[in-house]
Amino acid sequence: MRTQRLMSLLALVLVALLFTGSPQRSTNAQVATETPNPFLSMGDLNKQLGLLKDKPLGDEKTPWLQMFKTDQMVNTTSFKKAAPWTLCFSNASVSNNWRVSGFGVMNADVDALKKAGKVKDFIVTDAGEKADKQISDIDDLLTRNCDLIIISPTSTEQLTPAVEKAAASGKPVVVFDRGVNTTKYTTFIHPIGGYAFGNVGADFLVKQLNGKGNILALRILPGVDVLETRWLAAKQIFDANKDIKVVGVEFDDNDPAKTKSIVTDYIQRVGQIDGVWMDAGEASVAVYEAFVDAGAKVPPITSEDVNGWLKIWNDKKLNSIAPTYPSFQWRTAIAAAEMILDGEPVPKEWILPQPSVTNDNVKDYVQKDLPDTYYVFSSGSTISGYLDSLRKK
Amino acid sequence: MSVIDTPYSAVEGSALAKARAAITRVPVIYAVLVVLLILIYWRTPAFFQMNSLVAFIRSAAPLIVVAIGQMFVLVSGEIDLSVGSLITVAAALAAKIIDSDSANIGTALLVVIVVAAGVALINAVVTTVFHVPSFATTLAMLLIAQGAISIVTNGAPQGGLTPEFRALGRNNFAETGIPNALLVTIAVVLGSLILLNFTTFGRRVYAVGGNAAAARLSGISVGRIKGACFLICSLCGALGSILLVGFSGMSSLNVGNGFEFQSISAAVLGGVALTGGRGSVFGATAGALALQLVFRLLNLLSLPLPFRLTVQGLIILGAVAVGSVRRSRS
Repeated sequence: MRTQRLMSLLALVLVALLFTGSPQRSTNAQVATETPNPFLSMGDLNKQLGLLKDKPLGDEKTPWLQMFKTDQMVNTTSFKKAAPWTLCFSNASVSNNWRVSGFGVMNADVDALKKAGKVKDFIVTDAGEKADKQISDIDDLLTRNCDLIIISPTSTEQLTPAVEKAAASGKPVVVFDRGVNTTKYTTFIHPIGGYAFGNVGADFLVKQLNGKGNILALRILPGVDVLETRWLAAKQIFDANKDIKVVGVEFDDNDPAKTKSIVTDYIQRVGQIDGVWMDAGEASVAVYEAFVDAGAKVPPITSEDVNGWLKIWNDKKLNSIAPTYPSFQWRTAIAAAEMILDGEPVPKEWILPQPSVTNDNVKDYVQKDLPDTYYVFSSGSTISGYLDSLRKK
Repeated sequence: MSVIDTPYSAVEGSALAKARAAITRVPVIYAVLVVLLILIYWRTPAFFQMNSLVAFIRSAAPLIVVAIGQMFVLVSGEIDLSVGSLITVAAALAAKIIDSDSANIGTALLVVIVVAAGVALINAVVTTVFHVPSFATTLAMLLIAQGAISIVTNGAPQGGLTPEFRALGRNNFAETGIPNALLVTIAVVLGSLILLNFTTFGRRVYAVGGNAAAARLSGISVGRIKGACFLICSLCGALGSILLVGFSGMSSLNVGNGFEFQSISAAVLGGVALTGGRGSVFGATAGALALQLVFRLLNLLSLPLPFRLTVQGLIILGAVAVGSVRRSRS
């Protein structure tokens, strides 16, 4: 009897918890304004917004070779070596479609170099997103006959010593995608960055809404540096516009089923959703379907350069924008490797442009007969025969 | 309750005491369901409008179907951790075979069924013939399936699903406005009810789960019964997969992630014992519905993420604890 009473009390406490939770309606957006967000760096944000307006050097038909003007070039004559080379690559993982797209074009470029006789071996390790495995992977690679080591770090802090160790071995080191807390590498390749990404989508929405309306923000998950910067930049814009109301900031785990349910619930709860801001693109189709299935008008939705979204965007003539964190940077890593081993100078920090897919150019970028998970800014279309190989699979 | 605890008034047969006795016999999960529905109504009455209920049923159907399959395995005394990976494998294979051409749907379904049966066969044989605990067997299967599908698809889903294939999970039946997913769920519930409660097979499942040694001594082929339950679970997984990608489409190889955990939670919430021999179809269904309702309720309450995970865990803990306390007293 007493245990049953205790259980009933527990149940009542639970219910009370639910009731007290709701009036606060503290979304993650509010929490972020109360305590300073450790991921926010206004200096970096402003730098990236500046680069968005700049014009990079190089031909925009080969964006993976473009770079923003820099004075810091690295003299690589000491690394010059006769071909054929052995390239080594410590990969964080191929755990998501963006990485799969990037890795695909990277391999295609290596194959082209093999055919040209410049590369004889491409040794790859996959850390499965585990920092400790990647550290031992890099140790492993240092024992092989690598002429150059490429690293895509799983985490900034934890991989810093490993990158330094690789550089200390005397081999040229190319870091791309996520950065590390050292400058001992030969070159660090990355696109403008997360703040720019988040900014483009938020800016688009505010303009489309003429500065007034309800916005739903969907994020994959909290605490990931590359995603936090995207949201923080968007939040700056939303906070600056008084008539823009962020009705919710939800985490969808990049899961389409969860996303669809969340959006459906918001449509019921709030009624009018005028725009959806997302920090990535794979769940955008689920957002679109949620509106369609609910019989509601589809608002502008931000996304990414993922083919599945481009198909629907193009087909249904939707209103959208796709900022990118272009996967052609995987190709840049190979291009840089070639330049270094040929003794040509490379920038210390190679900053790539971040083009967007817009309402105007989506028809040029959509690939109707390629899988939905293909990221079009891997620039695979410029590699002869590459898209055909994707179709054959 | 023993005779000694029975109040004198119940012995006398008073209406109040009879009502009390009847209420305490109702499994906790139904009370939880009612409370959840009330809370949702209080927060967002709009949830009960037709198009929103239809959307909810579509999103809940996959878990209900998978939870019922898991219930069979649990009642027989085993556990199936591989069903989440199987969902991913089924969806990825279907997408690859269909390849955006609806003419291939038949082949895709056939392959999916064969693969599901194959997985069940391996689960069953390794568990019953080699006597490896099903926890280990199906865990290994989870990893193998995940690795295999990654290799086959090169890390990203190939091909494409067509609107016809997704119709089961996403659309309504003809012009009736009744979602296909609802009809499928009802069919699975009815089929399982009949199988579990009105056939010899069903009786044997309970017997095997309750006391495998005694069942064997009384002539029941324990291996066959458990094998059949694994097969039912895998087939439910395949069906759940079709409903799931029908509802939400497929954008990565993470579709099935967590479904083994969710289906086990749903079953346990619904009164299915992890030790076997006890459970009901309605219980598993109610458990799955409750889990989905909790998720939706937390969306509608707009609680911050840390709050949600804690509340979700507490609700499951509370419901299961109350359930087992009542069971131990009865």
